[in-house]
Amino acid sequence: MSAETKEREPLFSQKNLKLVTKPLNLNNPITVQVLGICSALAVTAKLKPAIVMGISVMVVLAASNVVISLLRKGIPSRIRIIVQLVVIATMVILVDQVLKAFVYDISKQLSVFVGLIITNCIIMGRLEAFAMSNKPWPAFLDGIGNAAGYSLILIIVAFFRELFGSGTLFGLQVIPQSFYELGYKNNGLMILPPMALITLGVIIWVQRYKNRELIEK
Amino acid sequence: MQELFNIFIKSIFIDNMVFAYFLGMCSYIAVSKTVKTSVGLGMAVVFVMGITVPVNYLINEYILKPGALSWLGAQFKDVDLSFLSFIIFIAVIASMVQLVEMIVEKFSPALYASLGIFLPLIAVNCAILGGSLFMQERDYQTVWQATSFGLGSGLGWFLAIVGIAAIREKIRYSNVPPALRGLGITFILTGLMGIAFMSFLGIKL
Repeated sequence: MSAETKEREPLFSQKNLKLVTKPLNLNNPITVQVLGICSALAVTAKLKPAIVMGISVMVVLAASNVVISLLRKGIPSRIRIIVQLVVIATMVILVDQVLKAFVYDISKQLSVFVGLIITNCIIMGRLEAFAMSNKPWPAFLDGIGNAAGYSLILIIVAFFRELFGSGTLFGLQVIPQSFYELGYKNNGLMILPPMALITLGVIIWVQRYKNRELIEK
Repeated sequence: MQELFNIFIKSIFIDNMVFAYFLGMCSYIAVSKTVKTSVGLGMAVVFVMGITVPVNYLINEYILKPGALSWLGAQFKDVDLSFLSFIIFIAVIASMVQLVEMIVEKFSPALYASLGIFLPLIAVNCAILGGSLFMQERDYQTVWQATSFGLGSGLGWFLAIVGIAAIREKIRYSNVPPALRGLGITFILTGLMGIAFMSFLGIKL
Protein backbone atom coordinates (compact mmCIF):
# COMPACT_ATOMS: atom_id res chain seq x y z
CA MET A 1 0.00 0.00 0.00
CA SER A 2 1.15 3.52 -0.75
CA ALA A 3 -0.15 4.86 2.54
CA GLU A 4 2.94 3.60 4.37
CA THR A 5 5.42 5.28 2.04
CA LYS A 6 3.59 8.58 2.14
CA GLU A 7 4.63 11.08 4.81
CA ARG A 8 2.43 11.21 7.91
CA GLU A 9 -0.90 12.87 7.47
CA PRO A 10 -1.56 15.77 9.85
CA LEU A 11 -4.12 14.87 12.52
CA PHE A 12 -6.74 17.30 11.29
CA SER A 13 -6.18 17.12 7.56
CA GLN A 14 -8.90 18.10 5.11
CA LYS A 15 -9.85 14.48 4.63
CA ASN A 16 -10.14 13.78 8.33
CA LEU A 17 -12.22 16.87 8.96
CA LYS A 18 -14.60 15.73 6.25
CA LEU A 19 -15.20 12.54 8.25
CA VAL A 20 -16.62 14.67 11.02
CA THR A 21 -18.56 17.25 9.02
CA LYS A 22 -20.11 15.10 6.31
CA PRO A 23 -22.40 13.03 8.56
CA LEU A 24 -23.87 16.26 9.94
CA ASN A 25 -25.75 16.92 6.73
CA LEU A 26 -25.08 15.22 3.39
CA ASN A 27 -24.38 11.79 4.83
CA ASN A 28 -26.48 12.04 7.98
CA PRO A 29 -26.85 8.61 9.60
CA ILE A 30 -30.56 9.02 10.31
CA THR A 31 -31.98 10.93 7.38
CA VAL A 32 -29.70 9.65 4.61
CA GLN A 33 -28.12 6.36 5.63
CA VAL A 34 -31.32 5.31 7.47
CA LEU A 35 -29.42 3.86 10.42
CA GLY A 36 -30.27 3.98 14.08
CA ILE A 37 -33.84 5.14 13.93
CA CYS A 38 -34.85 2.50 16.44
CA SER A 39 -33.76 4.28 19.53
CA ALA A 40 -33.66 7.72 18.01
CA LEU A 41 -37.25 8.70 18.44
CA ALA A 42 -38.47 7.27 21.70
CA VAL A 43 -36.27 9.53 23.77
CA THR A 44 -37.17 12.78 22.05
CA ALA A 45 -40.19 13.92 24.05
CA LYS A 46 -37.88 16.14 26.13
CA LEU A 47 -34.52 17.77 25.30
CA LYS A 48 -32.55 16.52 28.28
CA PRO A 49 -32.87 12.77 27.72
CA ALA A 50 -32.25 13.36 24.01
CA ILE A 51 -28.93 15.03 24.75
CA VAL A 52 -27.89 12.36 27.24
CA MET A 53 -28.78 9.71 24.68
CA GLY A 54 -26.75 11.53 22.02
CA ILE A 55 -23.70 11.69 24.27
CA SER A 56 -24.04 8.00 25.21
CA VAL A 57 -24.18 6.98 21.56
CA MET A 58 -21.18 9.16 20.82
CA VAL A 59 -19.10 7.51 23.55
CA VAL A 60 -20.13 3.99 22.53
CA LEU A 61 -19.66 4.57 18.82
CA ALA A 62 -16.29 6.32 19.08
CA ALA A 63 -14.92 3.79 21.56
CA SER A 64 -16.09 0.68 19.74
CA ASN A 65 -14.96 2.12 16.40
CA VAL A 66 -11.46 2.51 17.83
CA VAL A 67 -11.42 -0.95 19.42
CA ILE A 68 -12.65 -2.70 16.28
CA SER A 69 -10.27 -0.70 14.14
CA LEU A 70 -7.35 -1.81 16.35
CA LEU A 71 -8.50 -5.42 16.17
CA ARG A 72 -9.49 -5.39 12.52
CA LYS A 73 -6.54 -7.47 11.27
CA GLY A 74 -7.08 -10.15 13.91
CA ILE A 75 -10.81 -10.76 13.55
CA PRO A 76 -11.74 -13.74 11.34
CA SER A 77 -14.47 -12.50 9.05
CA ARG A 78 -16.81 -15.40 9.82
CA ILE A 79 -17.26 -14.51 13.46
CA ARG A 80 -16.90 -10.77 13.15
CA ILE A 81 -20.55 -10.04 14.01
CA ILE A 82 -20.24 -11.76 17.39
CA VAL A 83 -16.96 -9.99 18.12
CA GLN A 84 -18.52 -6.66 17.24
CA LEU A 85 -21.56 -7.36 19.39
CA VAL A 86 -19.39 -8.23 22.38
CA VAL A 87 -17.32 -5.05 22.03
CA ILE A 88 -20.45 -2.92 21.68
CA ALA A 89 -22.24 -4.63 24.56
CA THR A 90 -19.24 -4.06 26.84
CA MET A 91 -19.17 -0.35 26.01
CA VAL A 92 -22.92 -0.06 26.52
CA ILE A 93 -22.72 -1.74 29.92
CA LEU A 94 -20.05 0.77 30.95
CA VAL A 95 -22.16 3.71 29.78
CA ASP A 96 -25.25 2.29 31.48
CA GLN A 97 -23.46 1.88 34.81
CA VAL A 98 -22.07 5.42 34.60
CA LEU A 99 -25.52 6.84 33.84
CA LYS A 100 -27.05 4.90 36.72
CA ALA A 101 -24.40 6.22 39.08
CA PHE A 102 -24.42 9.89 38.11
CA VAL A 103 -27.75 10.83 36.47
CA TYR A 104 -30.12 8.27 37.93
CA ASP A 105 -33.41 10.00 37.06
CA ILE A 106 -32.49 10.41 33.39
CA SER A 107 -31.28 6.82 33.26
CA LYS A 108 -34.73 5.80 34.56
CA GLN A 109 -36.38 7.87 31.81
CA LEU A 110 -34.22 6.32 29.11
CA SER A 111 -35.07 2.88 30.58
CA VAL A 112 -34.46 0.14 28.03
CA PHE A 113 -33.23 2.50 25.35
CA VAL A 114 -29.70 2.61 26.75
CA GLY A 115 -29.52 -1.16 26.37
CA LEU A 116 -30.91 -0.86 22.89
CA ILE A 117 -27.82 1.09 21.79
CA ILE A 118 -26.34 -2.41 21.35
CA THR A 119 -28.65 -3.21 18.49
CA ASN A 120 -28.65 0.34 17.20
CA CYS A 121 -27.90 -0.20 13.53
CA ILE A 122 -25.82 2.96 13.40
CA ILE A 123 -23.11 1.31 15.47
CA MET A 124 -23.01 -2.01 13.62
CA GLY A 125 -23.30 -0.11 10.35
CA ARG A 126 -20.31 2.13 11.03
CA LEU A 127 -18.22 -0.74 12.38
CA GLU A 128 -18.89 -2.79 9.25
CA ALA A 129 -18.61 0.06 6.78
CA PHE A 130 -15.75 2.03 8.26
CA ALA A 131 -13.87 0.67 11.26
CA MET A 132 -13.19 -2.73 9.68
CA SER A 133 -11.15 -1.11 6.91
CA ASN A 134 -9.61 2.00 8.43
CA LYS A 135 -6.99 3.08 10.98
CA PRO A 136 -8.00 3.96 14.55
CA TRP A 137 -7.74 7.75 14.28
CA PRO A 138 -10.02 8.14 11.21
CA ALA A 139 -12.30 5.53 12.78
CA PHE A 140 -12.51 7.64 15.94
CA LEU A 141 -13.36 10.76 13.93
CA ASP A 142 -15.92 8.83 11.91
CA GLY A 143 -17.55 7.68 15.14
CA ILE A 144 -17.67 11.21 16.55
CA GLY A 145 -19.02 12.61 13.29
CA ASN A 146 -21.75 10.05 12.85
CA ALA A 147 -22.84 10.22 16.46
CA ALA A 148 -22.92 14.01 16.17
CA GLY A 149 -25.13 13.76 13.10
CA TYR A 150 -27.38 11.38 15.01
CA SER A 151 -27.53 13.67 18.05
CA LEU A 152 -28.26 16.65 15.84
CA ILE A 153 -31.45 15.07 14.50
CA LEU A 154 -32.40 13.88 18.00
CA ILE A 155 -31.98 17.40 19.37
CA ILE A 156 -33.95 19.04 16.55
CA VAL A 157 -36.86 16.63 17.00
CA ALA A 158 -36.76 16.97 20.79
CA PHE A 159 -36.62 20.77 20.53
CA PHE A 160 -39.85 20.97 18.54
CA ARG A 161 -41.60 18.30 20.57
CA GLU A 162 -40.76 19.86 23.92
CA LEU A 163 -41.46 23.41 22.74
CA PHE A 164 -44.89 22.71 21.30
CA GLY A 165 -45.80 19.78 23.51
CA SER A 166 -44.97 21.16 26.94
CA GLY A 167 -44.09 24.80 26.25
CA THR A 168 -40.73 24.28 27.92
CA LEU A 169 -37.07 23.82 26.96
CA PHE A 170 -34.84 21.81 29.31
CA GLY A 171 -37.80 21.86 31.70
CA LEU A 172 -37.89 25.68 31.87
CA GLN A 173 -41.01 27.41 30.68
CA VAL A 174 -40.31 29.46 27.53
CA ILE A 175 -43.80 30.27 26.33
CA PRO A 176 -44.86 33.28 28.42
CA GLN A 177 -47.72 32.90 30.86
CA SER A 178 -49.66 35.69 29.12
CA PHE A 179 -50.02 33.46 26.02
CA TYR A 180 -51.77 30.84 28.12
CA GLU A 181 -54.05 33.50 29.57
CA LEU A 182 -55.00 34.50 26.01
CA GLY A 183 -56.09 30.94 25.35
CA TYR A 184 -52.91 29.29 24.01
CA LYS A 185 -52.78 25.58 24.81
CA ASN A 186 -49.94 23.09 24.70
CA ASN A 187 -50.34 20.66 21.85
CA GLY A 188 -50.68 17.34 23.65
CA LEU A 189 -50.33 15.47 20.38
CA MET A 190 -46.64 16.44 20.16
CA ILE A 191 -45.86 14.41 23.27
CA LEU A 192 -47.33 11.25 21.78
CA PRO A 193 -44.97 8.84 19.97
CA PRO A 194 -46.43 9.16 16.44
CA MET A 195 -45.57 12.85 16.26
CA ALA A 196 -41.86 12.02 16.55
CA LEU A 197 -42.16 10.11 13.29
CA ILE A 198 -44.04 12.88 11.56
CA THR A 199 -41.56 15.51 12.80
CA LEU A 200 -38.71 13.40 11.44
CA GLY A 201 -40.56 13.02 8.13
CA VAL A 202 -40.81 16.80 7.88
CA ILE A 203 -37.12 17.24 8.74
CA ILE A 204 -36.23 14.83 5.93
CA TRP A 205 -38.52 16.75 3.61
CA VAL A 206 -36.81 20.08 4.39
CA GLN A 207 -33.32 18.56 4.12
CA ARG A 208 -34.00 16.96 0.75
CA TYR A 209 -35.65 20.09 -0.54
CA LYS A 210 -32.44 21.99 0.24
CA ASN A 211 -30.09 19.27 -1.08
CA ARG A 212 -31.62 18.16 -4.34
CA GLU A 213 -29.08 15.38 -4.96
CA LEU A 214 -30.54 13.40 -2.04
CA ILE A 215 -33.97 12.99 -3.63
CA GLU A 216 -34.93 9.36 -4.29
CA LYS A 217 -35.93 8.47 -7.82
CA MET B 1 -55.72 -17.75 31.39
CA GLN B 2 -57.51 -14.46 30.93
CA GLU B 3 -54.46 -12.61 32.13
CA LEU B 4 -52.31 -14.24 29.46
CA PHE B 5 -54.82 -13.18 26.82
CA ASN B 6 -54.78 -9.62 28.17
CA ILE B 7 -51.01 -9.42 27.95
CA PHE B 8 -51.19 -10.83 24.42
CA ILE B 9 -53.73 -8.27 23.17
CA LYS B 10 -52.02 -5.44 25.01
CA SER B 11 -48.65 -6.15 23.46
CA ILE B 12 -50.10 -6.39 19.95
CA PHE B 13 -52.18 -3.23 19.90
CA ILE B 14 -51.50 -0.91 22.80
CA ASP B 15 -47.79 -1.37 23.42
CA ASN B 16 -47.05 -2.00 19.76
CA MET B 17 -43.30 -2.32 19.23
CA VAL B 18 -43.23 -0.05 16.20
CA PHE B 19 -45.85 2.57 16.94
CA ALA B 20 -45.35 3.02 20.66
CA TYR B 21 -41.63 2.32 21.08
CA PHE B 22 -40.15 2.67 17.56
CA LEU B 23 -38.31 -0.62 17.88
CA GLY B 24 -37.03 -2.48 14.86
CA MET B 25 -37.40 0.61 12.71
CA CYS B 26 -34.27 -0.05 10.65
CA SER B 27 -35.48 -3.27 9.10
CA TYR B 28 -39.03 -1.93 9.17
CA ILE B 29 -38.01 0.84 6.78
CA ALA B 30 -35.53 -1.19 4.74
CA VAL B 31 -37.57 -4.35 4.07
CA SER B 32 -41.06 -2.88 3.67
CA LYS B 33 -40.93 -2.25 -0.07
CA THR B 34 -43.10 -5.24 -1.00
CA VAL B 35 -45.71 -7.20 0.96
CA LYS B 36 -44.15 -10.57 0.18
CA THR B 37 -40.74 -9.96 1.72
CA SER B 38 -42.26 -8.14 4.67
CA VAL B 39 -44.48 -11.13 5.45
CA GLY B 40 -41.33 -13.30 5.49
CA LEU B 41 -39.45 -10.98 7.83
CA GLY B 42 -42.50 -10.49 10.01
CA MET B 43 -42.96 -14.24 10.45
CA ALA B 44 -39.31 -14.67 11.33
CA VAL B 45 -39.63 -11.96 13.99
CA VAL B 46 -42.72 -13.59 15.55
CA PHE B 47 -40.89 -16.90 15.59
CA VAL B 48 -37.66 -15.62 17.13
CA MET B 49 -39.40 -13.41 19.68
CA GLY B 50 -41.64 -16.26 20.75
CA ILE B 51 -38.49 -18.23 21.59
CA THR B 52 -35.98 -15.67 22.88
CA VAL B 53 -38.25 -13.83 25.31
CA PRO B 54 -39.11 -16.93 27.41
CA VAL B 55 -35.51 -18.18 27.25
CA ASN B 56 -34.20 -14.83 28.44
CA TYR B 57 -36.94 -14.80 31.08
CA LEU B 58 -35.67 -18.07 32.52
CA ILE B 59 -32.07 -16.84 32.42
CA ASN B 60 -33.04 -13.60 34.11
CA GLU B 61 -35.11 -15.40 36.73
CA TYR B 62 -32.59 -18.08 37.66
CA ILE B 63 -29.20 -16.47 36.99
CA LEU B 64 -29.18 -12.71 36.64
CA LYS B 65 -31.71 -11.19 39.03
CA PRO B 66 -30.55 -10.05 42.46
CA GLY B 67 -30.84 -13.15 44.64
CA ALA B 68 -31.63 -15.38 41.68
CA LEU B 69 -28.70 -17.65 42.34
CA SER B 70 -29.97 -18.74 45.75
CA TRP B 71 -30.84 -22.18 44.32
CA LEU B 72 -27.09 -22.83 44.27
CA GLY B 73 -26.79 -22.42 48.02
CA ALA B 74 -27.19 -19.85 50.74
CA GLN B 75 -23.85 -18.13 50.12
CA PHE B 76 -24.98 -17.02 46.63
CA LYS B 77 -28.15 -15.28 47.71
CA ASP B 78 -26.62 -11.79 47.67
CA VAL B 79 -25.17 -12.09 44.19
CA ASP B 80 -26.55 -9.55 41.73
CA LEU B 81 -25.55 -10.18 38.13
CA SER B 82 -28.12 -7.91 36.52
CA PHE B 83 -25.42 -5.64 35.07
CA LEU B 84 -24.53 -8.55 32.76
CA SER B 85 -28.01 -8.75 31.31
CA PHE B 86 -27.29 -6.81 28.10
CA ILE B 87 -24.41 -8.99 27.06
CA ILE B 88 -26.13 -12.24 28.03
CA PHE B 89 -29.37 -11.33 26.27
CA ILE B 90 -27.64 -10.38 23.05
CA ALA B 91 -25.56 -13.57 23.16
CA VAL B 92 -28.71 -15.65 23.70
CA ILE B 93 -30.43 -13.90 20.81
CA ALA B 94 -27.50 -14.30 18.43
CA SER B 95 -27.06 -17.97 19.24
CA MET B 96 -30.83 -18.66 19.21
CA VAL B 97 -31.05 -17.15 15.76
CA GLN B 98 -28.24 -19.40 14.58
CA LEU B 99 -29.85 -22.42 16.18
CA VAL B 100 -33.29 -21.68 14.77
CA GLU B 101 -31.74 -21.18 11.37
CA MET B 102 -30.03 -24.58 11.50
CA ILE B 103 -33.11 -26.40 12.80
CA VAL B 104 -35.40 -24.87 10.23
CA GLU B 105 -32.94 -25.63 7.45
CA LYS B 106 -32.74 -29.26 8.52
CA PHE B 107 -36.41 -30.02 9.11
CA SER B 108 -38.38 -27.69 6.89
CA PRO B 109 -36.55 -26.65 3.74
CA ALA B 110 -39.67 -24.93 2.43
CA LEU B 111 -39.93 -22.67 5.47
CA TYR B 112 -36.18 -22.10 5.30
CA ALA B 113 -36.46 -20.96 1.72
CA SER B 114 -38.98 -18.32 2.71
CA LEU B 115 -37.48 -17.26 6.08
CA GLY B 116 -33.83 -18.12 5.54
CA ILE B 117 -32.41 -14.86 4.27
CA PHE B 118 -34.15 -12.89 6.99
CA LEU B 119 -32.98 -14.85 9.99
CA PRO B 120 -29.44 -13.39 10.19
CA LEU B 121 -30.91 -9.90 9.88
CA ILE B 122 -32.92 -10.52 12.98
CA ALA B 123 -30.01 -10.85 15.38
CA VAL B 124 -29.54 -7.10 15.19
CA ASN B 125 -33.22 -6.16 15.08
CA CYS B 126 -33.88 -3.83 17.99
CA ALA B 127 -37.37 -5.22 18.49
CA ILE B 128 -35.96 -8.58 19.59
CA LEU B 129 -33.55 -7.22 22.18
CA GLY B 130 -36.19 -4.65 23.13
CA GLY B 131 -38.64 -7.46 23.83
CA SER B 132 -36.21 -9.08 26.25
CA LEU B 133 -35.38 -5.80 27.97
CA PHE B 134 -39.04 -4.85 28.38
CA MET B 135 -39.71 -8.32 29.73
CA GLN B 136 -37.02 -7.70 32.36
CA GLU B 137 -38.29 -4.24 33.21
CA ARG B 138 -41.95 -5.19 33.49
CA ASP B 139 -41.23 -8.08 35.79
CA TYR B 140 -43.58 -10.74 34.45
CA GLN B 141 -44.59 -13.34 37.02
CA THR B 142 -44.50 -16.59 35.07
CA VAL B 143 -42.77 -17.89 31.98
CA TRP B 144 -46.17 -18.14 30.25
CA GLN B 145 -46.77 -14.45 30.69
CA ALA B 146 -43.36 -13.78 29.17
CA THR B 147 -44.15 -16.09 26.26
CA SER B 148 -47.46 -14.43 25.51
CA PHE B 149 -45.76 -11.04 25.71
CA GLY B 150 -43.08 -12.20 23.27
CA LEU B 151 -45.53 -13.66 20.79
CA GLY B 152 -47.84 -10.66 21.04
CA SER B 153 -45.05 -8.15 20.46
CA GLY B 154 -43.82 -10.16 17.50
CA LEU B 155 -47.29 -10.25 16.04
CA GLY B 156 -47.69 -6.50 16.56
CA TRP B 157 -44.47 -5.94 14.65
CA PHE B 158 -45.68 -8.29 11.91
CA LEU B 159 -48.94 -6.32 11.55
CA ALA B 160 -47.08 -3.03 11.37
CA ILE B 161 -44.59 -4.09 8.70
CA VAL B 162 -47.20 -5.79 6.51
CA GLY B 163 -49.45 -2.73 6.81
CA ILE B 164 -46.77 -0.25 5.80
CA ALA B 165 -45.61 -2.51 2.95
CA ALA B 166 -49.13 -2.63 1.54
CA ILE B 167 -49.40 1.15 1.71
CA ARG B 168 -45.97 1.63 0.12
CA GLU B 169 -46.91 -0.65 -2.77
CA LYS B 170 -49.91 1.54 -3.51
CA ILE B 171 -48.24 4.89 -2.92
CA ARG B 172 -45.86 4.26 -5.78
CA TYR B 173 -48.66 5.33 -8.11
CA SER B 174 -49.35 8.56 -6.26
CA ASN B 175 -47.88 11.95 -6.90
CA VAL B 176 -45.77 12.55 -3.80
CA PRO B 177 -43.69 15.78 -3.66
CA PRO B 178 -40.21 14.82 -4.93
CA ALA B 179 -38.34 15.73 -1.74
CA LEU B 180 -40.71 13.62 0.34
CA ARG B 181 -40.47 10.50 -1.81
CA GLY B 182 -39.23 7.28 -0.26
CA LEU B 183 -38.02 7.80 3.29
CA GLY B 184 -39.90 10.97 4.19
CA ILE B 185 -43.35 9.78 3.24
CA THR B 186 -42.72 6.43 4.95
CA PHE B 187 -42.08 8.18 8.26
CA ILE B 188 -45.15 10.34 7.95
CA LEU B 189 -47.29 7.32 7.04
CA THR B 190 -45.94 5.41 10.02
CA GLY B 191 -46.84 8.36 12.22
CA LEU B 192 -50.38 8.38 10.88
CA MET B 193 -50.68 4.63 11.38
CA GLY B 194 -49.43 5.15 14.92
CA ILE B 195 -52.16 7.71 15.57
CA ALA B 196 -54.71 5.22 14.26
CA PHE B 197 -53.32 2.55 16.57
CA MET B 198 -53.68 4.92 19.51
CA SER B 199 -57.42 4.49 19.28
CA PHE B 200 -56.82 1.11 20.96
CA LEU B 201 -55.64 2.94 24.07
CA GLY B 202 -59.23 3.12 25.20
CA ILE B 203 -59.46 -0.67 25.62
CA LYS B 204 -59.58 -1.55 29.28
CA LEU B 205 -57.99 -4.87 30.03
